[in-house]
Amino acid sequence: METFLAVQEPLAASGVAEYGWLLIALPLFGAAVLLLGGRRTNAWGHLLGCATVIAAFVYGLALFLSMTGMPADERVRELHLFDWIPVNALNVEFGLRIDPLSMVFVLLITGVGALIHIYSVGYMSHDQAGRTGADNTERRRFFAYLNLFVGAMLILVLGNSFVTLYLGWEGVGLASYLLIAFWQHRPAAATAAKKAFLMNRVGDVGLALAIFLMFAELGTTQYTEVFARAGEMPTGVLLAIALLLLLGACGKSGQFPLQAWLPDAMEGPTPVSALIHAATMVTAGVYLIARSNPIYNLTEDGRLVVTIIGALTLLIGAIIGCAYDDIKKVLAYSTVSQIGYMILAVGLGPAGYALGIFHLLTHGFFKAGLFLGAGSVMHGMNDEVNMRRFGGLAKHMPITFVTFGLGYLALIGFPFLSGYFSKDEIVAAAFAQEGWRGWVFGGAAALGAALTAFYMTRLMLMTFFGEKRWKGQKSADGREYHPHESPASMTVPMIVLAFGSVFGGVLLYSGDRLLGWLEPSLGAVAHAEGGALPHSVIPFLVVGLSAVGVLLAWLLVGRRPVPATAPAQVSFPVRAARADLYGNALNETLFARPGTWLTRALVYVDNRGVDGLVNGIAALLGGSSGRLRRAQTGFVRSYALSILGGAVLLTAALLMVRFT
Amino acid sequence: MFQATLGSQDVAQSAVNIPEIDWQAISPVVVVFVAACLSVLVEAFLPRERRWSVQVTLSLLTVVVAGLALGLYVNSDAVVGTGGITVAGQAVPLFSADYPALFLWGTLLALSFGALLLIADRSVDGGAFASPVPPAPGGDPVQYQAPGRQTEVFPLALFALGGMMVFLAANDLLTMFVALEVLSLPLYLMCGLARRRRLISQESAVKYFLLGAFSSAFFLYGLALLYGYAGSVRLVDIAAATAGTDRPETLLYAGFGLLVVGLLFKASIGPFHAWTPDVYQGAPTPVTAFMAACTKVAAFGAILRVLTLAFEASSWEWRGVLWAVAIVSMLIGAVLGLTQTDMKRMIAYSSIAHAGFLLVGAIAMTEDGLSGTMFYLLAYGFTTLAAFGIITLVRDGNGEATHLSQWAGLAKRSPLVAVTFAFLLLALAGIPMTSGFMGKLAVFSAAIADGMAPLVVVALLASAIAAFFYLRVIVLMYFSEPAQDGPTVSVPGAFTTAAITLGVVVTLLLGVLPAFALDWASVGGFVS
Repeated sequence: METFLAVQEPLAASGVAEYGWLLIALPLFGAAVLLLGGRRTNAWGHLLGCATVIAAFVYGLALFLSMTGMPADERVRELHLFDWIPVNALNVEFGLRIDPLSMVFVLLITGVGALIHIYSVGYMSHDQAGRTGADNTERRRFFAYLNLFVGAMLILVLGNSFVTLYLGWEGVGLASYLLIAFWQHRPAAATAAKKAFLMNRVGDVGLALAIFLMFAELGTTQYTEVFARAGEMPTGVLLAIALLLLLGACGKSGQFPLQAWLPDAMEGPTPVSALIHAATMVTAGVYLIARSNPIYNLTEDGRLVVTIIGALTLLIGAIIGCAYDDIKKVLAYSTVSQIGYMILAVGLGPAGYALGIFHLLTHGFFKAGLFLGAGSVMHGMNDEVNMRRFGGLAKHMPITFVTFGLGYLALIGFPFLSGYFSKDEIVAAAFAQEGWRGWVFGGAAALGAALTAFYMTRLMLMTFFGEKRWKGQKSADGREYHPHESPASMTVPMIVLAFGSVFGGVLLYSGDRLLGWLEPSLGAVAHAEGGALPHSVIPFLVVGLSAVGVLLAWLLVGRRPVPATAPAQVSFPVRAARADLYGNALNETLFARPGTWLTRALVYVDNRGVDGLVNGIAALLGGSSGRLRRAQTGFVRSYALSILGGAVLLTAALLMVRFT
Repeated sequence: MFQATLGSQDVAQSAVNIPEIDWQAISPVVVVFVAACLSVLVEAFLPRERRWSVQVTLSLLTVVVAGLALGLYVNSDAVVGTGGITVAGQAVPLFSADYPALFLWGTLLALSFGALLLIADRSVDGGAFASPVPPAPGGDPVQYQAPGRQTEVFPLALFALGGMMVFLAANDLLTMFVALEVLSLPLYLMCGLARRRRLISQESAVKYFLLGAFSSAFFLYGLALLYGYAGSVRLVDIAAATAGTDRPETLLYAGFGLLVVGLLFKASIGPFHAWTPDVYQGAPTPVTAFMAACTKVAAFGAILRVLTLAFEASSWEWRGVLWAVAIVSMLIGAVLGLTQTDMKRMIAYSSIAHAGFLLVGAIAMTEDGLSGTMFYLLAYGFTTLAAFGIITLVRDGNGEATHLSQWAGLAKRSPLVAVTFAFLLLALAGIPMTSGFMGKLAVFSAAIADGMAPLVVVALLASAIAAFFYLRVIVLMYFSEPAQDGPTVSVPGAFTTAAITLGVVVTLLLGVLPAFALDWASVGGFVS
């Protein structure tokens, strides 16, 4: 397995690629205009926001098409823009790396981003208080942040050094923070934003330390040089870098043990959940590990840790997803779980990098579609998120139902929909590991598939089928529910994404289109033979397990009436799942409470010890000052005496020094 | 007729050793003295109503011309740094325009330009000076305001400036003593010229005069003892005498001690500082600015010259004593400043602490110590000048409002004045990006390089203590509620604005780009 993949030397960008900076500049320009232009841009700001992202997508598409015309070994290009940090030993150039991997992300980010921008035009037309078109300022702010996010995310994936990546990494963190707290007057949103920011900081520290280590060992942070010379680093350092990068990935991608912020982030507006917290930003961790593949190729231990984290997270996310009644939170935990699959895949090394990216793409389609569908449901239901108040919505929102349903089928891996191809491949690759690893990781991935089918079916049943539990009820703001289909600006993106959910997998998979395309960046996919289970069995196993999940869900949820309030008397596993498998409690006990104690102790020391010392000295000085002051009597005679005394002392001292 | 009395040319030549005078080198001093004399004539012969404008023009022009003369000389083709007034047959000039003297002359001229601007400003409340007319019988002597304006302050200031320039350039103790008196006597008078609060002003003048005369006596006594020791009052001769071993050293050290007391008094170094707060408080604020900025330069110029030229060889013996003096001065300034409630007194104590810091550099006895001390003088002079300029602006019905409590909440009413003053206080405290920091850095690093690390530690502690009272004023201005019927801030006249701007700009410039001034200060040392 330890075949070192040749790192392809990038060529200088030419042709269409020479204008690659446009990709970043366009959305950032939009953000700048909207943020600096103030109220004057209220009326047309959202249209500019959409236009810049659509333009970036069109350009990205042209760039992509120009690249498909090139031979595979010329597809890795670098575009030098300017010297960013030219300081003595550290020389960071700001440049773009335009290669198959970054192009995949560019298309995903601008494509899904453009759809979600369009969707937001409809979604933001009445804000969460139900005021129609009440607040154009809010809408402008929202689109400014969305543009900022797209720009930062493109810097992240297009940068040609780890420092540039870090810039984008922090940029998306900022955009995410701003957008989660978009309704900052709601305490829950403000808290969720803070939580996301802080937990991401933990991961960012890991990423920063990894970059420092690279610089300390190799004196550079450019991808080309780091990857070409990764082998020069001692094994220990290499492992440390791999683990620190993983820590960064865990923070951004909501992986164990930093997963707790992602579900809370659903406090943000739904398009944000779809764009940032499902389709794009949270997959940055997968990108980071896939991009750093030359480093991970060299450290098997590092990869093993990645796989363990992935497997653990995919189970945690799926289990918790089964217990929640909040539609967005279920989808959020589903995201955690699906990213767990991707991390698991990239942890498998050369066999899995491309598979991780494959699942990332298909997931981007169907999860964005699912979130937009959820948003559409909420839009028609007075922003209600509790599924126990839904039911029987299929008739009232037919388009939403169909598109959501297709996304659902894609997610649970219904044969020949997009999720089927990508997830099966990952499960197969996991089973193909040697020895115990095949069984453990393959088993986890397969079990995850069953759980996914269960919680998603439960969600479908509670939302679209069964009795209309919302009849006669009133929402929190005292209005009755009048479910209705959403406007075209919302349904069209959903339809587009539904197409992606259905056909994306087969399009990308057939003829190894995607895997072959990614080869210049990630190396050839090593199809491992042997392992725990033969490759041909996997599809049947996964589909079978999914069917079991669906059936269970139907037996437990579909056949019986759903209580309008969550039952309190439940078994331990449900209680544990409802409590996020005690993830928050764990954080609370392990970090928050000791942190509070430490702070209190330090405050005590500061108040009593440090302040006491300082105040004591101050009192001493002040007291002596007050006493000495009395010597300043104002009488010339005493001043003259003091001068005489000083002169006598001084002269006496001089003579003593000389004659003793 | 004069020659006839003496009998013949030959007699005159043998009796008077005509010194060789490098006129260009001493031209700045000549300009100042000639103008001072002119200024007296103006005072005597011009009608009262025209005097003010003529005096202002004359004195400012004098300083500018003297500065130009200095600049011309420094940039001329002549060999710079060795000129002056040299007695035939002696290697070292009697009165030396060497590099330190030139640098400090430039400093003095620039500072006195600023101080003269403050003195000349009449836009605020008619100016700070009154003609010395006694109060009418039965009036309130404390709040008495003298009528009319006076212009004697200008010739006095010019004479004082001339005396300072000679004082720091004299290589001979007698010349130095004469210069000391020339600079001191006008200052005593200037302190008593305040138009408001005349009693405290006159009290300060008398105090300053009595104590100044007292310390002059010390200086003179020390001079006499040193003459007894070395047989000469020339600094180089004293230095040569200390190299020998056959003389009574009691005379040397007693003489040194008494001489130094006279110098330390002028520089307001503790424990010879007692006059400083009273005089700084009582004198008209523009005069205080002049004293605080210029007198310090002159006194430290003389201290540096005397210590380096005459007593370097015996520095091992006296250094410990001056260490103690520096420590006492720094601690007195810093600690006593903590409990002051009057702005001018507070700055006075600050100046005592700064004098201690300066002494640290002066006793380093290295090239860096010399240049660092001179840089510090330049930096401190401009900062303190601008600070006093600001103090003239904050006023209430009884003139300047100098009580600290009256400054509470000033930032709310006059943000510009508050931010300027805050900046100057930070400079006095020695915060980076200000000249105060660079000055302390230069002086303290020179001291450490010369093995005086413990002294520097004490100096840093004193700086920390002193920072408290500077910052307290900033806190007061920014974070306190304004006092009821507090003082108003007058709109400064053009002169005061120019002086404050000059001080602030130099403070910032020396804090950000100190290299050029440090280069000037370190071109060369004393000629011996």
